[in-house]
Amino acid sequence: MSAEQVLFWAFAVGTIGSAVGVIFVRNPVASAMSLVASFFFLAGIYVLLWAHTIAVLQVLVYAGAIMVLFLFVIMLLSLNDTGPIAQVSLSRVAGALATAALLVALVQAFRKLPGSGTVEWATDAGRLASVGTSKQLGAVLYTQWLFPFEAVSLLLLVAIVGAVVVAKSRI
Amino acid sequence: MPVVPTVNYLILAAALFCVGMLGVLIRRNALVVFMCIELMLNAANLTFLAFARERGDVTGHISPFFIIAVAAAEAAVGLAIVISVFRNRGTVNIEEIQSMKH
Repeated sequence: MSAEQVLFWAFAVGTIGSAVGVIFVRNPVASAMSLVASFFFLAGIYVLLWAHTIAVLQVLVYAGAIMVLFLFVIMLLSLNDTGPIAQVSLSRVAGALATAALLVALVQAFRKLPGSGTVEWATDAGRLASVGTSKQLGAVLYTQWLFPFEAVSLLLLVAIVGAVVVAKSRI
Repeated sequence: MPVVPTVNYLILAAALFCVGMLGVLIRRNALVVFMCIELMLNAANLTFLAFARERGDVTGHISPFFIIAVAAAEAAVGLAIVISVFRNRGTVNIEEIQSMKH
């Protein structure tokens, strides 16, 4: 087993394990911390995929900014969540069955995907060195994807104003 | 050097998406439902990045960039709605918030 395989399996088990923890932990704060752990493991997976910039963004924006927002809201509401995590009902059982069916269908579909067994250019050292760096990402982002990038900045502005308007009781 | 095949990453993404979907379907706490939506968005990111590596194409890194930005906007507005609902109703249990159901 190569180092890459060992790291992949460690990060994969960590990601799924802490994602399951998000659902099956009762305390919302523990749930949020489990989600942060899941994001960190996922950042490791992104590094294995040569997406270094996205991995840094994942830690900074997701595990940092967004989860701090979640924790603020959880502590602001001071929920005392007692009782079972989920009562068994027909819709929940149907939901769990549908989820399992979707997982089986997706795995079967991915296994039949043509050409997804190997990565041909993985031995090309020159190409490897440049993929996923902020230089390359920026070059594409600020030329080919400039308009969507500006549109996202407007979206974030609208979201900030919308959040203030919705959350404030009286403006 | 042996490389982990892309299909492994895709199956991991599928598993992550299904964990998130299970959480959305069975949990009652609106905040936990939001967290599970973030999990599903991350599964989508992972799929984009897996195919970006397979094809050696940096365009696959642009979509996760935008998804992270949209997730930040979604979390801000969604959590504001949760605060607003909690202020009016005193609960974030999604089974008790059903005045728009009929």
